[in-house]
Amino acid sequence: MKNIFADLFSKKNRSRTISFLMVTCAYILIEVIMNTVGMSRLFKSLLVPTCCYIILALSLNLVVGISGELSLGHAGFMAIGAFSAVIVSGLTVSSITNDILRLVVSAACGSIISGIFGFIISVPVLKLSGDYLAIVTLAFGQIIKSLITNIYLGFDANGIQMSFVTNTLSLEGGKMLLSGPMGATDTAKISNFTSGFVMILITLFVIYSMINSRHGRAIMSARDNRIAAESIGISITRTKTLAFVVSSILAGMAGALYALNYSTLQPAKFDFNTSILALVYVVFGGLGNINGTIVSTVVLYVLPELLRSLQDYRMLIYAIVLIVVMQMTNSAKIKELMEKLGKKIFKKGEVKE
Amino acid sequence: MKKLLVVLLAMLCVLTLAGCSNGGSGNGGNNEPAGDGTVTVKLGGSGPLSGDAKVYGEAVRNAAQLAVDEINASDSKIKFDFKMEDDEADGEKAVSAYSTLFDWGMQVSLFTVTSGSGAAVAASYDEDGIFAITPSGSSTALVYTDSKNYPGNFQMCFTDPNQGVASADYMAANLADKKIAIIYKSDDVYSAGVYEKFVAEAAAKNLNVVYKDGAFTDDSSTDFSTQLTAAKDAGADLVFLPIYYQPASLILKQAKDMDYAPVFFGVDGMDGILTLEGFDTSLAEGLYLLTPFAADASDEATVHFVKAFQEKYGEVPNQFAADAYDCVYAIKQALENIDYKEGYATNGLCEDLAAQFTSMTFNGVTGENMTWAENGEVSKAPKAVVITNGVYVSAD
Repeated sequence: MKNIFADLFSKKNRSRTISFLMVTCAYILIEVIMNTVGMSRLFKSLLVPTCCYIILALSLNLVVGISGELSLGHAGFMAIGAFSAVIVSGLTVSSITNDILRLVVSAACGSIISGIFGFIISVPVLKLSGDYLAIVTLAFGQIIKSLITNIYLGFDANGIQMSFVTNTLSLEGGKMLLSGPMGATDTAKISNFTSGFVMILITLFVIYSMINSRHGRAIMSARDNRIAAESIGISITRTKTLAFVVSSILAGMAGALYALNYSTLQPAKFDFNTSILALVYVVFGGLGNINGTIVSTVVLYVLPELLRSLQDYRMLIYAIVLIVVMQMTNSAKIKELMEKLGKKIFKKGEVKE
Repeated sequence: MKKLLVVLLAMLCVLTLAGCSNGGSGNGGNNEPAGDGTVTVKLGGSGPLSGDAKVYGEAVRNAAQLAVDEINASDSKIKFDFKMEDDEADGEKAVSAYSTLFDWGMQVSLFTVTSGSGAAVAASYDEDGIFAITPSGSSTALVYTDSKNYPGNFQMCFTDPNQGVASADYMAANLADKKIAIIYKSDDVYSAGVYEKFVAEAAAKNLNVVYKDGAFTDDSSTDFSTQLTAAKDAGADLVFLPIYYQPASLILKQAKDMDYAPVFFGVDGMDGILTLEGFDTSLAEGLYLLTPFAADASDEATVHFVKAFQEKYGEVPNQFAADAYDCVYAIKQALENIDYKEGYATNGLCEDLAAQFTSMTFNGVTGENMTWAENGEVSKAPKAVVITNGVYVSAD
């Protein structure tokens, strides 16, 4: 028994164990509060989007933190996942009556399609070195947003119809799924907190399995020293592509969860700002730090809502908090203090190397 | 192990605090008892109070506050408790803002200021049975969708399709000999909506549209030389701008820089251009815009409103402000008509107000004899104004 425990909290596994425990405990706690004391509408409405942003930030961390490449277009992948899921969900609304099953199917389709796009992009780009991926993903995010803004897609008894740039559809009693800049309207809301929780667990499982595998070590070695990694026979392109595609799949899943939580969704939502927001969460939580990413996402996403009582000063305070925390986490003295605290909290013998 | 405990404890503290401190208040809202027969109604609303579109949100908030203050100071039996939340003109934030207001116990709402955020919460208002009338969310998605009508959602402003149609009709009647170019924002719900209907109606009225591909998006909303050059080359002497005033201000500037001086024609999103910081108002000279409200009108209601607004906020109210002001008074009128008082059954409030709105006529600063259709759209006459010497002057 003690051995299992020691193994779970060994240096190698500690982060993973804490991640899963933290997420599960938070989930149970929120469920308990929701079913006993009751929770305000505001907090209920924040649960699913928070889950989405956690998944998005984690997926981005895989690229930025673990693989060492900069992606500035993750909102694009999220958008692909989101609108694919909306379309799939809209098409199957009568054939799959079970909401959970439909969510799973939609999210799976969203993830896969997003993954395909991720693969298409990474194949030519990751062969290059330097900041090219950042430039291409930046453009990619914009292209995806513009494309979706111009798609009109609907279905009726005659099947799926689609037009581009101008709306030329004439549906006979069918339903519009995407209508240009209006995006998706009248979507059935089938995401819920539990599905968000499960998706976070899946994300964590995928990421940790990857980090602790041979591929993961190859990815990190390619990040830390490209030449040394190549010299021992690691294919840089292959490892980076792997990380990038997995990341885009996860981002697509986040998008699917997000889209199916709102009755309307506009493509303009997935702009450059959303990509940067995800990057802020990652940088804030620490590059490559999974637990940090989760905590920072929750804090940074919920904070502006908690500050609502400050009215006009809300965004000002939010910005100040951002700057202060960035400064603090960067200061050597405070880091030292945190380390000391960490040492005190941990029993020295049990888990320290 | 201890660290784990600490993490857990910390989370417990944060979550219970967060959950409980707000948990108690979400009870739908009760009428506050007051001895003198007055009743206080909790009036909510959300709009952009930060970010690009904040001029609209602030105009609505100020005007609604003005109306609420006036009503509360009067001998009216109906009093309002007004609260406006920031939604950054974003659907996701609008849901949070709505939830915050719901927790606060909102009974009647000014809905949202912008279309995009309104579309995101329209279904929520319907599900929770809260009566809502938007001053300026002009998309039809706020009041109905293809498959269903939201019976408790109403609009004080024109819908996008109606604005497009009305603009084309006005041009056909008054500016029929002009060659028309259109510059619009293709990724914006509002702009694309107006554009689509305008083009259809312009074709029906045989207007001479010489250039209609002047689309731009959020990412290309700083340089309009391509569209302006194309419009100029096509020989257009009227440029229709169904867009918000911020890009429009740049278009006016850039047109002047290239010595291109057509007649510019905007719709209600153009309203606010004169109060834009750092904007040279002489550029807007001769600009037409279609709006239900002209601050220079001489009827008693408008004169009173403009004067009160100027005294309180130091600027001339725009159309958004006027619509918001009307919303509050229309709600008050409906509440009085149904004889709303203490102990009124909260459950039926939305239906009763909706029934009132579809049957009553309302006179406000944005029009006389306004009526509402079952689907929530308003029926009132648009006015065209021209900017002359830095102020709106009625065009007819």
